Amino acid sequence: MRAPASRRPEPAENLSAAEQKAEKARGRIGVGLIVPGFVFLLLFFAAPVFVLLAMSLYAKPPGAETGVFVPAFEVSNYVVALSEYWVPLLRSFLFAGIATVLALIIGYTMAYLVAVRLRQHKLLAAILLVILIAPFFSSFVLRTQAWKQILSDEGFVVEALRFVAILPEDGRLTATSIAVVAGLTYNFLPFMTLPIYASLERLDTRLLEAAGDLFASPMTAFRKVTLPLSMPGVFAGTLLTFIPASGDYINATILGNNRDTAMIGQVIDSRFFKIVDYPMAAALSTVLMVVILILVMAYIRKFGTKELF
Amino acid sequence: MAPQPFNRRRKPTDPRLNRLIAAQVSRRRLLGGAGGLGLAGLLAACGTGGTGTGGASSAAALTPAADVSADEAVVNWANWTLYLDYDDETKKYPSLEAFMEKSGLTVNYSEDVDGNDSYYGKVQAQLSRGQDIGQDIVTLTDYMAARLIRQGYTQELDRSNIPNAENLLPNLQDVDFDPGRKHSLTWQSGFAGIAWNKEKVPGGLKTVSDLWKPELKGRVEVLDEMRDTMGLLMLEQGVDIAGDWGADEFGNAADLLEQQIDSGQIRQVKGNSYKEDLVSEDALAVIGWSGDITQLNFEEGDKWEFAIPEAGGTLWSDNMLVPIGATHKSNAEQLMNHYYDPEVAATVAAYVNYICPVEGAREAMEGIDPSLVDNPLIFPTEDFLSNVSIFRTLDSGEENEYSSMFSGAIGV
Repeated sequence: MRAPASRRPEPAENLSAAEQKAEKARGRIGVGLIVPGFVFLLLFFAAPVFVLLAMSLYAKPPGAETGVFVPAFEVSNYVVALSEYWVPLLRSFLFAGIATVLALIIGYTMAYLVAVRLRQHKLLAAILLVILIAPFFSSFVLRTQAWKQILSDEGFVVEALRFVAILPEDGRLTATSIAVVAGLTYNFLPFMTLPIYASLERLDTRLLEAAGDLFASPMTAFRKVTLPLSMPGVFAGTLLTFIPASGDYINATILGNNRDTAMIGQVIDSRFFKIVDYPMAAALSTVLMVVILILVMAYIRKFGTKELF
Repeated sequence: MAPQPFNRRRKPTDPRLNRLIAAQVSRRRLLGGAGGLGLAGLLAACGTGGTGTGGASSAAALTPAADVSADEAVVNWANWTLYLDYDDETKKYPSLEAFMEKSGLTVNYSEDVDGNDSYYGKVQAQLSRGQDIGQDIVTLTDYMAARLIRQGYTQELDRSNIPNAENLLPNLQDVDFDPGRKHSLTWQSGFAGIAWNKEKVPGGLKTVSDLWKPELKGRVEVLDEMRDTMGLLMLEQGVDIAGDWGADEFGNAADLLEQQIDSGQIRQVKGNSYKEDLVSEDALAVIGWSGDITQLNFEEGDKWEFAIPEAGGTLWSDNMLVPIGATHKSNAEQLMNHYYDPEVAATVAAYVNYICPVEGAREAMEGIDPSLVDNPLIFPTEDFLSNVSIFRTLDSGEENEYSSMFSGAIGV
């Protein structure tokens, strides 16, 4: 073996042959550990995305059978996708945005309660944590269906709300955009709460005492100490909520109506299965993906924390 | 495919060899695609029929798979849920057990079909290449059966293996998508009509227009199955849906539908789940399916009534088809023959409550459940049938045009 290059760090020169061999082996193991993940990503992420992009440019030859498309460079698919479906697209991001903010308010409060306020009461905190995670254990489609029954026009919730005149006499809860946003908030709440909980749980409460010693009011201490230290959790939680919520179609299908709640996921589903227009479904998916990517990039640049990466 | 018991194996016969060779070829092609061709391989894998030839149809190239029924005593059947007589105690399907005993065949029955469109989306890529989708019989509704037959995705049935098919009701013998029933046999049929909550809508409903009454505002739901909802709306507007209508007639009905959705009269447009809304009473009146209402009344107490609107209702059928890549066609035909036996058909009808397509089943029902003999939703009278029509089969261009219009009207 040749003499080590000058850039090589000092101690390396003193390595024995055995140590050098061990280091090389470690390097090989490192590469070996990366390969499975890389292959997985290539097979199950890169390849499908490539196929999706290619499919979004396919064209339907005149007079072709249902479901038959040929490779082409049909950019007009995107023009149609944007010009015809911008309303559900915009609505998806609006609904997902509102749901994210609501989930942040509710989720932060819950996580703060369990992780900071009840830190001394181990048992109570553990029970509450289980309650937080419990919704994960059952199918979210079933839970959403259950809400439909609870909030039905003839159910006690709607009757009570009508009685206290919060809802008008012919008002309803299901099949409204409020129901869809509420469903999104409810279903993605654990994704918001758990990351925040994880970062609040590590919060050193002595810092809060120190803030108090320096005459900070509890509110100021929260704003200047707790909140900044929990930002990685908030950041992860908002992304984990916003991204899947904008592509979600289950909530809108079950809790929405056919007037003012259609989300882009529903449109993609019907383009793919009902109309069998695979290129349009692919183009819409691509648009959704790109817009999410742009929004997330902007978000990371504005609020991103180094701790995440 | 179930492994074959060794002692039953005979000397390899031609079909088996053929299959082996076919399997090798496809494996080699797959490897070639993944390895060398890269892009082309990936594109081919993404599931369209088009492979760059620009041909209007890929149907001509497909050939039926070799039939290995003689060597493998198996039939694989994909059907909808709750669509075959089931014994809760033994957890078995009595009519299917009887068939297995009689024929010595093993039937792998699966409730894989949860929607025509979604099932098509799942298997289309394989069918377009003539591959085996693992099913020897699939049960699909008229329009989807029509699409599969048109695209050459089905095998021709050998009616000499299905002598009982003679029992098919005369009005189902000839359908526009399969003249002479060469590729399909009816499994069950049903009506789409109007249904309402008897307690909350005391006067009942007579026509589709009754659904637009002010007191039902926001409590009406219609099916997301285009042919049923649009069929009923078009019938109400005086269109003969089985006849030669065009975009104008369809457009008028679509406008009405959109208007009723926009005004909030129609609460939601739904698939099978409209039943849950009837139960929760979010929906008080619906466009729905006859068998569903019969089953709901059975399960939830006699609360709803189903009627064919005065202007007419739609009649649809689900059809048994043998997919192009199926390898047990003659076994499948034996199974079809079994279910066209009037006794067996009556057993099924007594459970599923849809229209039984088998002549003579009504007489057989006398011995099974006499209360069902006079149920017009299972054994419709001539009178009843005269007021329902079948939505005419659309060609692929129309299919695309009209389903886009429908989806525009319902908002997704």
